[in-house]
Amino acid sequence: MADHRAPVREHADGAADVTAADGADGRRSWRRFDIQWIRRNGVYVALAALIMVNIVITPNFVNVATLRLQLIQVVPVLIVALGMAVVIATKGIDLSVGAVMALAAAVIPLYIGYGAALAILVALLAGALSGAVAGSLVARIGVQPIVATLGLMVAGRGLANLLGGEIKSIRDPGMRALGTGSVLGVPYVVLVAIVVTVLVWFLVARTTLGRQIVAIGGNARASVLAGLPVGRVLLTAYVVCALLAAVAGVLLTARSQASDPTRLGLLMELSAITAVVIGGTPLTGGQIRVAGTVAGALLLQLITATMIAHDIPDSVAQMAQAVIVVGAVYLQLGRRGRR
Amino acid sequence: MSGPTMERAGAAPDRDPAKGASAGSPGPGPQPGSVRLGLGMRIAELAQRQGALVLLIVLCAVASVVFPSFATGANLSSIAVQASFMAVVALGMTFVILGGGIDLSVGSVFALGGVLAAWASQYGFVPALLVPLAVCGFIGLVQGLIIAKGGLAPFIVTLAGLLFARGLLLFITDEGTTTYKVPEGSAFLQLAQGELLGVGYSVWLLVVLFAIGALVLHRTSYGTTVLAIGGQEDAAELMGLPVVRTKVITYLVNGLLAGLGGALIASYTSSGVTVLGVGMELEVISAVVLGGTLLTGGAGTILGTLVGALLLQVIKNVINQVGSLNSNWQAVVSGTILLMVVSIQSYLARSRRG
Amino acid sequence: MTEETTVADDDVSGPGTLRPPGAAPLVQVRGATKSFGGVQALRGVDLTLLPGEIHALVGENGAGKSTLIKVLTGVYAPDGGEFRYGGEPVRFARPADAQRAGISTIYQEVNLVPLLSVARNIYLGREPRTRWGTVDVGAMNRRAAQLVGDLGIDVDVTGELGRLGLGAQQMVALARAVSVESRVVIMDEPTSSLEPAEVETLFGVARNLRRSGTALVFVSHRLDELWQLCDRVTVLRDGHHVHTGPMAELDRVTLVSHMLGKDASEVGAQGVTEFAGKHRHGDAPVLDASGIAVRSRLSDVALQVRPGEVVGLGGLLGSGRSETVKAIYGDLPVESGRVSVAGRNLRAGSVRHALKAGVALLSEDRKAEGIIPDLSVRDNIALAVLPRMARGGIVVESRIDALVETFMTRLKIKAADTGQKVRELSGGNQQKVLIARWLCTEPTVFLLDEPTRGIDVGAKQEVQALIDELAGHGLAVVLISSEMEELVEGADRVVVLHAGRVEAELSGSELSHSRLLTALAGESADPADDGQPAGDDGQPTDGAGQPADGSGPSAGTGQPTAAVRTAAKEEEDGRG
Repeated sequence: MADHRAPVREHADGAADVTAADGADGRRSWRRFDIQWIRRNGVYVALAALIMVNIVITPNFVNVATLRLQLIQVVPVLIVALGMAVVIATKGIDLSVGAVMALAAAVIPLYIGYGAALAILVALLAGALSGAVAGSLVARIGVQPIVATLGLMVAGRGLANLLGGEIKSIRDPGMRALGTGSVLGVPYVVLVAIVVTVLVWFLVARTTLGRQIVAIGGNARASVLAGLPVGRVLLTAYVVCALLAAVAGVLLTARSQASDPTRLGLLMELSAITAVVIGGTPLTGGQIRVAGTVAGALLLQLITATMIAHDIPDSVAQMAQAVIVVGAVYLQLGRRGRR
Repeated sequence: MSGPTMERAGAAPDRDPAKGASAGSPGPGPQPGSVRLGLGMRIAELAQRQGALVLLIVLCAVASVVFPSFATGANLSSIAVQASFMAVVALGMTFVILGGGIDLSVGSVFALGGVLAAWASQYGFVPALLVPLAVCGFIGLVQGLIIAKGGLAPFIVTLAGLLFARGLLLFITDEGTTTYKVPEGSAFLQLAQGELLGVGYSVWLLVVLFAIGALVLHRTSYGTTVLAIGGQEDAAELMGLPVVRTKVITYLVNGLLAGLGGALIASYTSSGVTVLGVGMELEVISAVVLGGTLLTGGAGTILGTLVGALLLQVIKNVINQVGSLNSNWQAVVSGTILLMVVSIQSYLARSRRG
Repeated sequence: MTEETTVADDDVSGPGTLRPPGAAPLVQVRGATKSFGGVQALRGVDLTLLPGEIHALVGENGAGKSTLIKVLTGVYAPDGGEFRYGGEPVRFARPADAQRAGISTIYQEVNLVPLLSVARNIYLGREPRTRWGTVDVGAMNRRAAQLVGDLGIDVDVTGELGRLGLGAQQMVALARAVSVESRVVIMDEPTSSLEPAEVETLFGVARNLRRSGTALVFVSHRLDELWQLCDRVTVLRDGHHVHTGPMAELDRVTLVSHMLGKDASEVGAQGVTEFAGKHRHGDAPVLDASGIAVRSRLSDVALQVRPGEVVGLGGLLGSGRSETVKAIYGDLPVESGRVSVAGRNLRAGSVRHALKAGVALLSEDRKAEGIIPDLSVRDNIALAVLPRMARGGIVVESRIDALVETFMTRLKIKAADTGQKVRELSGGNQQKVLIARWLCTEPTVFLLDEPTRGIDVGAKQEVQALIDELAGHGLAVVLISSEMEELVEGADRVVVLHAGRVEAELSGSELSHSRLLTALAGESADPADDGQPAGDDGQPTDGAGQPADGSGPSAGTGQPTAAVRTAAKEEEDGRG
């Protein structure tokens, strides 16, 4: 299989190289270097540039309240994107994250009577369970990740609606504190995001599992030959992703003090994938960039915020985001390793 | 190099050793070593191909007995009309999936088509039909070009397309605040509300479109090329088939059909409802896969998609009949069925590979 | 060595003799070159195809056969060279162009669409039309049925292709090629998955095509088939053109020596490798494998290795060397067979169990089965022992650093630092990283599949020295190599495979270049070898009748020469 795929691509590549060879060799490597550099660091540059632009053109941008709001609003995308990055590193994808958020949100009102802690715990369990289903489908039965998580996206959203239905407001002091409280001026939700970021970074950088995840995404065949527990690692990656999506669902519910399974997390999968890809993690797997993903999520949030601040309608913002997604993926994949 | 060869080795079917003995003359020739299927696999395969039809018949039979209002002409006709909007979109999606792709943008494009049709209906019947087709077809074309020429993954391109079409829809409806109405007495209303021989025009249109679709799939080289690309893209390329062109046409047609579905619903509801079509891509994909089309591409039927779409509509209808059941059951049921079907498909594919 | 001419019994009635002398060549390739990202796959290859001939194209792995075919059929764009087709200069930009011009190809791995019907596959892209322009399915099925009937294949043409056995699928591919009425038909290892009877059918079709003036290219690693079928042969090696001539003028040993780059009269060079000589080893085998059978690949292969012993595993392409070590390692589903390490039986099909028992496999395909390109050198080295480098799932970096440091020094791995991505290293250093990965697991049995291929000369010598050193420490080593020097000088004993069976076992004084060459060619009349290889049954050119010793022109005339090595070394440099 792989043997056949290579030729066709190499064909296209070869052709490109022949024409490129007409120019100076040095120029060619220059261009490659450029693209590499942009892939790695473009997100930071863009983020810095956008902050700069905003300082100049947006009134009241440099303002504690504004910045605080930005940080609060970026939290859900950031947390989901970090989980998504873990799955993408295994060469997979998870389209069910939005549905999992809704599922977590739908569970909360059912158990809030027993206290916030238990309700949250059950919500997270529901998320993890959904991830375990996705992971089993991918790792054990061999369903393609897109397909498995797409199915879960339908079923999960339906189940969430079934459990939750209409918007239910939640009046619980614990949830309220989680959603709106802060310590030393830092909102709890932001603290949670920071903790999640550190944990994911730790997972990737310091644990056996993190290294196995990246290895499997980089070369599944070699990982099997090196005796890695491939199935178990894949399963864990999907559980982590779904668990983080559930965390995001809980935080959003706490913030709005209402459970809205119908609308919560719609299109979250797209935002999360975009943040991951903009952050320099390729969709082809084998790499994961935690800091890049954080910056990617911040960049997305800032783009949206900038547009809102300048009265650019939602519609245009959406179309712009669509173009950014395709552009980022195109840039990220470059000539090689597409599809 | 040796990896793939090895898998091949594993997949080689059992051969009758006696055949080797009869070598010598090429007269009778070797028997094709047909892969023998186990009983479990055969049942699984039958379920995957014809399960939707069986389920549809059983469900209809049970519903007719349990709910007296089910088997009435009015109810059946309304099922058919309401299934037609989604089925039109599922027709295009069938080709996309058969060709090894996926299109997550159809829900948005469908809604956009509806809004455009309602808006354009003030200028008459022809614009009301042509404007959504042109715009939605264009979106499909661009997506197809990015996928086929740019080589980006279909799911990410069409996910972005979903967002883009939704943005465009909001843009032309003043951020969703304007709902365009089809002028009363407009000929355009007849498209989905009129009847011929007691059957809605949209149902007739559906039948014609599916007939054409079946013809195109089974009787044109375009159709075969779609199947070949979905079945083994590299082989299609090596055989010199027009892979890029075929993919672009497929996404273009899919955009057109999604737009047409939108126009139909605009005619049916007399307005361009902006919130339609959210999550519709999943319903459409479910219809296609329930109909026996492999989600990985390469095999399936047009008729199966029609059955799949009808099945989903009947499930909806029955859930409504029950009354006490929340309509969200439909999503859970179809999602679960989708996952089961997909698992069966993966199981079959694995068993085949050995 | 004239018995090969007996192959001509097909030719007597065949077109070989009918062909007008000096017929204009159909295809002419001159000086074709092609490189992939710095690796030169073709370095000026010539090929001439005459109408009505079956032309064998042979060479070992990496010789450039497949690349040449793909360049010829428009799959790859060539970098340079002259291509003429029917006398006119051509460049096919896409496979479709070549097919339209009348060149069809049957690939080694069936390149059809398994989910479509047989008839659809045969006519894909040029289906018969009705008068309304739609596909005439009736006519298509009728014509397909006729066609496969003529080829002597009994299949339902409306059935799914994927339901057929691989052999039957290959025949359908042939039917497709025949149906186009091509002027050139290229068959890339078409027989590798066929049964003897199917091979006969295929040959019959090929001869019919030859009779009608088609030029055929035939690639096969079953050497006997070449003499059965082919009129002329072109040999490639390392992207170079080595030899073209009538098939009948070559004997097996000469052909193999062309393929391996050893002139039969010049073999026996000593000291071209870093191997010091024989090793002292224990008596009881630590690895004991017997009766290993892998469907259509291996039958009844046995291998014993003692601690401190280096056992070479020789054989040509397709002989089953890699399959043998993979089966031992549990990476290949076996039909039968028993593998034990230090007296403990291994669970079949479990890589993790084999690893735990102390077996390590350095895979032949470094890129696809070895390195994790985007991981650092140190993470690649520690990959297989990560759990041991961790406490409670958290990696203890100091343990890894200590381990990696040891191996970086011991194997002289050259990297900017241990954090460098392994993809940025040279081939030789990547190979050392992989060897280090396996040595970390402290194996007792080390299976090395082509450990020195595609790495530069310096690294190659270091790897050879390392193998000696490892054996010196009591490791049991299985060494697969396509280079005869490595086997002769590096191994204490060489097991030669041919067509999935043990053809010969050479040790002591028997372990000479000439003996090895005859064994590789499948011509050793080793008494242990009672059965003939499966694919060779009853074939007229079977080498069984030849005396084992002194039959080749190679016997005992070996003189050291460095010249033979030059070409190969250039190749390595290019890749390194």
